[in-house]
Amino acid sequence: MSISREDIEKVAVLARIKVDEEQVSALEKDLGNILDLVDQLSAADTDSVEPMAHPLDAVQRLRPDEVTETNQRDAFQAIAPATEDGLYLVPKVIE
Amino acid sequence: MHNKSVAELSRELESGKISSVELTHQFLDRLKQEDGKYNSFITITEEQALAEAKAADEMRAAGKATAWTGVPFAHKDIFCTNGVRTTCGSKMLENFVPPYDATVTGKFRQAGAVCLGKTNMDEFAMGSSNESSYFGAVTNPWGLASGQKRVPGGSSGGSAAAVAARLVPAATATDTGGSIRQPAALCGVTGLKPTYGRVSRYGMIAFASSLDQGGTMARTAEDNALMLNVMAGFDPKDSTSIDREVPDYTATLNEPLKGLRIGLPKEYFSDQLSPAMEEQVRNAVKEYEKLGATVKEVSLPNAKLAIAAYYVIAPAEASANLSRFDGVRYGYRCEDPKDLMDMYTRTRAEGFGAEVKRRILVGTYALSHGYYDAYYLKAQKVRRLIQQDFAKAFQDVDVLMSPTSPSPAFIQGEKTNDPVTMYLEDIFTIAINLAGLPAMSVPAGFVDGLPVGLQIIGNHFAEARLLNAAHQFQQVTDWHQREPQ
Amino acid sequence: MQWDIVIGLEIHVQLATRTKIFSGSSTAYGAEPNTQANAVDLAMPGTLPVPNENAFRYAVMFGLAVNAEIGRRSMFERKNYFYPDLPKGYQTTQLEQPIVGPGYVDVDLANGETKRIRIHHAHLEEDAGKSLHEDYHGMSGIDLNRAGTPLIEVVTEPDMNSAEEAVAFARKLHSLVTSLGICDGDMSQGSMRFDVNISLKPKGSDQLGTRTETKNLNSFRFMEQAIAHEVERQMDILEDGGRIVQETRLYNGDRDESRSMRTKEEANDYRYFPCPDLLPVVIDDDFIEDARSHLPELPDALKARFKEQYGLNDYDAGLLSGDAKLAAFFEEAAEHGKDAKLAANWIQGEFSARLKAEDKSVAESPISGAQLGDLVVRIADNTVSSAGAKKVFEALWTGENDNVDAIIDAKGLKQVSDTGALEAMVDEVLAGMPDQVAQYQNEEDPKKRKKMLGGFMGPLMKASKGQGNPKLFNEILVKKLGG
Repeated sequence: MSISREDIEKVAVLARIKVDEEQVSALEKDLGNILDLVDQLSAADTDSVEPMAHPLDAVQRLRPDEVTETNQRDAFQAIAPATEDGLYLVPKVIE
Repeated sequence: MHNKSVAELSRELESGKISSVELTHQFLDRLKQEDGKYNSFITITEEQALAEAKAADEMRAAGKATAWTGVPFAHKDIFCTNGVRTTCGSKMLENFVPPYDATVTGKFRQAGAVCLGKTNMDEFAMGSSNESSYFGAVTNPWGLASGQKRVPGGSSGGSAAAVAARLVPAATATDTGGSIRQPAALCGVTGLKPTYGRVSRYGMIAFASSLDQGGTMARTAEDNALMLNVMAGFDPKDSTSIDREVPDYTATLNEPLKGLRIGLPKEYFSDQLSPAMEEQVRNAVKEYEKLGATVKEVSLPNAKLAIAAYYVIAPAEASANLSRFDGVRYGYRCEDPKDLMDMYTRTRAEGFGAEVKRRILVGTYALSHGYYDAYYLKAQKVRRLIQQDFAKAFQDVDVLMSPTSPSPAFIQGEKTNDPVTMYLEDIFTIAINLAGLPAMSVPAGFVDGLPVGLQIIGNHFAEARLLNAAHQFQQVTDWHQREPQ
Repeated sequence: MQWDIVIGLEIHVQLATRTKIFSGSSTAYGAEPNTQANAVDLAMPGTLPVPNENAFRYAVMFGLAVNAEIGRRSMFERKNYFYPDLPKGYQTTQLEQPIVGPGYVDVDLANGETKRIRIHHAHLEEDAGKSLHEDYHGMSGIDLNRAGTPLIEVVTEPDMNSAEEAVAFARKLHSLVTSLGICDGDMSQGSMRFDVNISLKPKGSDQLGTRTETKNLNSFRFMEQAIAHEVERQMDILEDGGRIVQETRLYNGDRDESRSMRTKEEANDYRYFPCPDLLPVVIDDDFIEDARSHLPELPDALKARFKEQYGLNDYDAGLLSGDAKLAAFFEEAAEHGKDAKLAANWIQGEFSARLKAEDKSVAESPISGAQLGDLVVRIADNTVSSAGAKKVFEALWTGENDNVDAIIDAKGLKQVSDTGALEAMVDEVLAGMPDQVAQYQNEEDPKKRKKMLGGFMGPLMKASKGQGNPKLFNEILVKKLGG
């Protein structure tokens, strides 16, 4: 199956990755090849097969509702690109 | 000292013939001198290592030593190390110094092991040749003598090359589709990918959460067992970690193999495999027969769909797992973003390399509206078929054996132009991750002077049996002791 | 043209757990920015979620309270989108197998009818952080303390047909979650947020119209206004022959305006898929029975008991049972005050008015149910008049004194109920008003006579310095004036 330039541009926006014209052409070929590989799946008969999300048939454990974390803002913000007054700064958020 | 195994070094330290500080100096000197040829380390932590060695000597003096106390090793740069930069092979995390430890990292700290640094890897563990690292390709110590730079395999190529080159006796690694076994095979070392859920994933930077598993790499099966003794176990911080008793993996290494039932999946001895490779693998199986094992052919009819299913599931999970790298809280942020969208799209375009971006885009596409059923849901169903194949095979046999990779180490650059050709490197390893099974790669011969790996696959939680089978093989062969020239 | 209004609600309810849904960070409100955002909440590389047991307990309690099926096996999905207040780049939520399945809530309407609103499902999910839009050199600030706070999102069927019904349902839901103790109910802090789906269809038609969604309404008043506003907007469009665009809208309550946020075409492709870091959550019978044992008396049961035990009418019982704290206040006042109906009247009158005037919640009331009960006792036994009682209430409220009898004494509010003394006063006053007495006695119309009695009350109260029991004065007057 091939993937169109339009699809690639759409997916790149969803994934928030800037791609330029030239890259779109390369991606068209590479992603097309990968999707060809993946299309082998359509040959499998999976009519009565349950999808499998986890390799082990285990169930979720729940955690007691107890505070275990302490304030480590300084340590975390020391590795942040931009902070001020304890806030992470980003270009203006427009709702 | 650099040729000694973890078990041997542990005995040296115990006997008092050498201190950890002395040993660490020796290894660090050799590492700094030699690694220019391989580029197997991203970060060497000399200062911390010497401090850890000093603490280890004190720990031993206080009578609190474990098998690992004072023994040098390295971590794949995917495990978060408190205070030591953790890059995951990416520009995105070039300067990322986590203020926390991965659970695995913490366990080695507690055991008193001495971490010499962080090993190179394919960016975000996406690759089979270690050529996608932002910190440069890793060179396989094998084949260098003939003047050719070959790949060490990937994504744990740094760990494999470092162990093969005797820079460290052991290193941690991770395996999502073959990332421990394939580089172990290509570098002639022994590697183990445990059962999914056996080793905590907390603090191990995620590629594909339902497939990722931390594991071990060393020259001997015994050292792999010693590593797993430290790493395995339930972790309340990882919901997918399994609460199940951890045996002493060294305790059963010497069990005889008489009566071991070996299955050879016929799909793994197909025309994708060169006759020379096949010969080496079949010779190894003959050794097992000499040790008393029985051999029969089995079938994994859906194994041929494993690569297709994997290249939907892994990129889909990765596309979400890597969304957190957005330039807001840590890691790379592009220069002078003109607005929020610009910050996101340029940060991620500049911070991620080509293969990572390809996989994010494929995963995003596979999950997007209108394609989910045809790709993701279908792949999950095929995943179950693959698991059922293995379950059926393990009704009749104890372990499965196959080649680890279709060919030995290839020359750098040979497969970088075509991602799909590269993906086929993992043709024999990927199904094991989909099924969550444990598997090892054990050195089993040479083709054209390059190592060949034997893959041994076990049922869920059969790590002890795999290590036993590998160890017994290593008692009668010396492939794992061969040293690259 | 006549239109039917069709309304469905999605309500985000913040759960009152101590810690976040997937980490052990505190959820306490009002902390310094990012001091309650730890490795997991910040989506640090390699960190993993582990779900909070109480979030599930509270969700199950909610499910039981709305007569819903409990999801015995529930799953988490990832909802993918980029936003600076969403650290992982996806929200962990439930799509295919939510914890609470279909249920219903019965809502009392002002016209005395009861309407059943069906719950489609309710699911657990994590809240996002906050973007602060103050200007930091042209940038926004992100506070992630709220990121990971557990929410249940309650989704109704489109069963409401007016703003009044929608608000009545919203209030009922507020009353339920606060009674359950699973949410603090503080809407000003965003503890409950409403999204309203509205469409119109020609009266009687069974074909649903195109709907819009108005997001993030955080007060009942804004919700009512937003619905009225949107209904009017849609009606204008439809009556001009236009078409409604399916879209998400934002309502500005201060300006009574709304604007489009995004249309269906621009809608995000959220790429939901099962979260591989979390396993299926299995809820067994023991878990459900444990949750059931934590259920308090719910508003409907409370209302029935108030009618039965205290003889309240439907309206009073409904009002007092709607808010758990108010209900408890009432019960305390009724126990102390003996006369439950009088207590109910005072709570709905003076007490509620005062709370409203000072924008206080029941919990913030300076007087207790017991104090109000003591006052009710003194009203019922004629120690104070209602005018006097208001003075006592004022003194209690302002904290001048906390004892009802002491206030009555200190302020001289005790009524004179000694019949002999009162009769003497009446005799004296009537003697000084012969013209009015004659006028009264010549009047035939009982209604007018009754009105004329009032003319004697002023001078009588003056004569008694305000302390005469008006009821007794009235009885004596009627007797003395002859019928």
